[in-house]
Amino acid sequence: MSAEGQHLTRLAAADIAAAIARGDVSAVEVAQAHLDRIAEVDQRVHAFLHVDAEGALEAAAAIDAKRRAGEPLGPLAGVPLALKDVMAMRGIPTTAGSKVLEGWRPPYDSTVVARLRAADVVILGKTNMDEFAMGSSTEHSAYGPTHNPWDLDRIPGGSGGGSAAALASFEAPLAIGTDTGGSIRQPAAVTGTVGVKPTYGGVSRYGLVALASSLDQAGPCARTVEDTALLHAAIAGYDPRDSTSINEPVPAVVEAARRGDVRGLRVGLVKELSGEGYQAGVTQRFTEAVDLLTSLGAEVVEVSCPHFDYALAAYYLILPSEASSNLARFDGMRFGVRVGDNGERGVEEVMSLTREAGFGAEVKRRIMIGTYALSSGYYDAYYGQAQKVRTLIQRDFAAAFEKVDVLVSPTAPTTAFRIGEKVDDPIAMYLNDVATIPVNLAGNCAMSLPIGLAPEDGLPVGLQIMAAAKADASLYNVGAALEAALRDRWGHLLIEEAPAL
Amino acid sequence: MPTISRDEVAHLARLARLDLHDDELDHYASQLDVILASVARVAEVAAADVPATSHPIPMNNVLRPDVVTPGLTSAEALSGAPASDEGRFRVPRILDEE
Amino acid sequence: MTTTTDDVIDFDEALAAFDPVMGLEVHVELSTNSKMFCGCPTEFGGEPNSQVCPVCLGLPGALPAVNAMAVEAAIRIGLALNCEVASWCRFARKNYFYPDMPKNFQTSQYDEPICFNGYLDVEVPSADGVRTVRIGIERAHMEEDTGKALHVGGSTGRIHGADYSLVDYNRAGIPLIEIVTKPIEGGGRFSPEIARAYVTALRDVLRSLGVSDVRMEQGSLRCDVNLSLRRSPEVPFGTRSETKNVNSLRSVERAVRYEIGRQAAVLESGGTVIQETRHWHEDTGVTTSGRIKEEAEDYRYFPEPDLVPIAPDPAWVEQLRATLPENPGVRRTRLATAWGLTDFEMDSVINAGALDLVEETVAAGADLVGARKWWMGELARVANDRGVDLVDLAITPVQVARIEVLVAEGALNDKLARQVIEGVLAGEGDPEEVIASRGLAVVSDDGPLLAAIEDAVTANPDVVEKITGGKPQAAGVIVGAVMKATRGQADAARVRALLFDKLGVVDE
Repeated sequence: MSAEGQHLTRLAAADIAAAIARGDVSAVEVAQAHLDRIAEVDQRVHAFLHVDAEGALEAAAAIDAKRRAGEPLGPLAGVPLALKDVMAMRGIPTTAGSKVLEGWRPPYDSTVVARLRAADVVILGKTNMDEFAMGSSTEHSAYGPTHNPWDLDRIPGGSGGGSAAALASFEAPLAIGTDTGGSIRQPAAVTGTVGVKPTYGGVSRYGLVALASSLDQAGPCARTVEDTALLHAAIAGYDPRDSTSINEPVPAVVEAARRGDVRGLRVGLVKELSGEGYQAGVTQRFTEAVDLLTSLGAEVVEVSCPHFDYALAAYYLILPSEASSNLARFDGMRFGVRVGDNGERGVEEVMSLTREAGFGAEVKRRIMIGTYALSSGYYDAYYGQAQKVRTLIQRDFAAAFEKVDVLVSPTAPTTAFRIGEKVDDPIAMYLNDVATIPVNLAGNCAMSLPIGLAPEDGLPVGLQIMAAAKADASLYNVGAALEAALRDRWGHLLIEEAPAL
Repeated sequence: MPTISRDEVAHLARLARLDLHDDELDHYASQLDVILASVARVAEVAAADVPATSHPIPMNNVLRPDVVTPGLTSAEALSGAPASDEGRFRVPRILDEE
Repeated sequence: MTTTTDDVIDFDEALAAFDPVMGLEVHVELSTNSKMFCGCPTEFGGEPNSQVCPVCLGLPGALPAVNAMAVEAAIRIGLALNCEVASWCRFARKNYFYPDMPKNFQTSQYDEPICFNGYLDVEVPSADGVRTVRIGIERAHMEEDTGKALHVGGSTGRIHGADYSLVDYNRAGIPLIEIVTKPIEGGGRFSPEIARAYVTALRDVLRSLGVSDVRMEQGSLRCDVNLSLRRSPEVPFGTRSETKNVNSLRSVERAVRYEIGRQAAVLESGGTVIQETRHWHEDTGVTTSGRIKEEAEDYRYFPEPDLVPIAPDPAWVEQLRATLPENPGVRRTRLATAWGLTDFEMDSVINAGALDLVEETVAAGADLVGARKWWMGELARVANDRGVDLVDLAITPVQVARIEVLVAEGALNDKLARQVIEGVLAGEGDPEEVIASRGLAVVSDDGPLLAAIEDAVTANPDVVEKITGGKPQAAGVIVGAVMKATRGQADAARVRALLFDKLGVVDE
């Protein structure tokens, strides 16, 4: 790839858009540079399941034509983006990381994709993920794992490891992820990138292949807080097709990202999200980042959210229950693969054979847990009880936000572990999500941003900022302040330290 | 602490239309057990008077007007079908009448 | 499928030994413009899979959005059935696998129906004539319809023996309201009639609300019949069977009658009734067993997470209650009494589709006899000739009333009135306008009548002789001639009176 091309892939989204708007570079050149980068490194990273070169270049050319015609371009026009393969995109393979959807090309666009197209964002392709978003390492993808660009033997996080890896390997400056229990934030943490789970209902779920309906949210991912904010503003907002969508204006996230002022802000450390189980280097970098916030004028106190200790248990009842129902439609009758239809077998058998062959082990495990938790006789004790824990967690957050403006914690207990290390131990795998899950249960919002490398392994550490429901702008304000201070300290963004691929 | 039997796993698999092999039945029985022991924790904490939360952001009465909006053409609808015939989805023999 | 016929005990014998208890579940397909959870059209008969979208096709990523009109219809149905309307309720998922169900769950309502605890009063036959029975309504809730599967191969086009099936999802997602009765006890030997009367009355209520076409033969009204027997009203309910494919009012009655006989035979022979779903066969008049499942289906109901609760505004509910039409049964009784009509006469009016029209015509000032005469006579004939319903004719009750009043006043006679009607139907305007433009008024001035009589008398001297010679009936010829001369616009009685007066003869 040319030097200019390489330079283009190192730029932030905001700078790319500005360069295109000025005419310094064309959208086609930008798209091509990123496609070249993908061709160069994705054999090793495996972030992408499908690259739509033709579509991307066509979209880029159209944007160039618009600019030549003097039409106004939005703040992200011509910027390339990697789309998690869980979002429906018309005519483009959408697999949700599963064999059961192999070859499926949706006849419709998700609302998020429609808004990206309307914002003239150039979608490069679909990224790898744990199957049906169930996982924290992308090892449960039916199409092979994605490799962390910081160390190719390690996981990039999950379920949205492909999107995070695409950012960290400079294959795209923007990505879309989805977050049900941390699937945007945890990959962001282990890849040294930024990811946000918006307030539940902030971004439309229409066209998002559902995992757990009451927990899922699509969200923006990028390498900088400002880029993440620009993407957030582009995709968020009320959608009448999504009955859980918030009918209010999008929070002023971009303005907050450009403010970055924490003087007088009250910041709470969540006592339950620390201590045993947290890697020493993670705790160390976290403490340093909190001290930095203090030096920037924030007031830091410890708060207790006692029911967070039950969050994992509640999550692992609610998610499988909803998922077992959401995944019932994958039966080989109307779309996706069909297995075992030899003209003799009945429909029940063909459905069962299709699902057995099409779903991976983790998916089957969770479907069965969910089927069990909803069964007659068990509903009240399992699913019903778990929904009560949700109320208790919401109350914990409410009480905390009486005392502080935002909460912080390490995003994940450890840095990126090795591929294969935890894949056979579901409980160990589930513990990756212990810090991120409470926010999904309560429905409020959170961000992960990079705060340094752990001394013992040189791998990225993320800090999680949590804010009240609909207070998404606070995330960007605090994140921007911290990012700026860290950049001042290091002279560059952390991601610049990622090894060259 | 309830443990899950192989038969119960088989029953769950039938309900969920998963054609599990014999060795999978044993494998999942132990895995489900381990996880269910963990999740029985929720029983410890939520008292009877705590209301359940099914929607994180409370809202009521989200309704849409009774108007026709554009949908898919039949070609689009059938585009993903593993099998189709004369504009309809073709599915294997149904043995059970609903 | 079992092909042997079950034993059946004679109905009266069965009733001598057993007390039947029934439960009726009716599904109503709403006639909304769009489906329950998406904007697809609901018209019947479209090309297969041409009225679908990602939502009703259950494609990955699709989400439901509730049809406001369906909610309104559900509430109005509940109010018309004297139900309580929930202040807060939710949708729930009913999870099971079947190829006509795109999501493999049905979005329905479970333990929080929108309407519950109501009743419908129904006139039923009894030992001493007709009595009113109050059928308890357990609930009315919202749900969505499934697609339709055609079974190919096999001999009868039914499931058993089919090689494969072809599915059309046009019907998937159409709004349904499910109405479930409380157990109907004490019907005794009139149970079959009671079941039929209930479904008929319910159908009439639904029709009066305008929420559905309610045509059983088209499937917009479906009935499942649940029936059990017990030795006496003092003991608990027996095991019930559920019978589906009951596609007409007559089938409802017949199915109840058959199941009573069948279950009685089972019990009398010392057997136990199996709790199962059965299929009614209208051609053979029997029910047959559906395939017995190894285990009962576990629907794993839970609140639908993709939808938020429905909390109908109490003020809105009261407004809907205030604008409900009168219960058809109550109205029928009220009008029959007010008009002094027998059941048979009332039936005729209703079957002609003339009840509303006659009532409105009377309200607009016509007398009942006249109103009935025009709607059931001349206008019914015209409607029939044109192949349309009475209510579609281009004439209003107010206009018919006006014509009838003019006839009563003598300003029109029957023949002229018919011409006025013709003119109104042809779009020539209101009755007065038609009369004026066509010159149809009865001649009220004696002058022209006397002149015409003079002419007729002069032209028919032999007839005049007969009249004066003691045969007043011959006057008809003169009157006829005058009517002809005046183009029918004379009042025949007046002409006759003037004639006799002129001739100095007394009329008969």
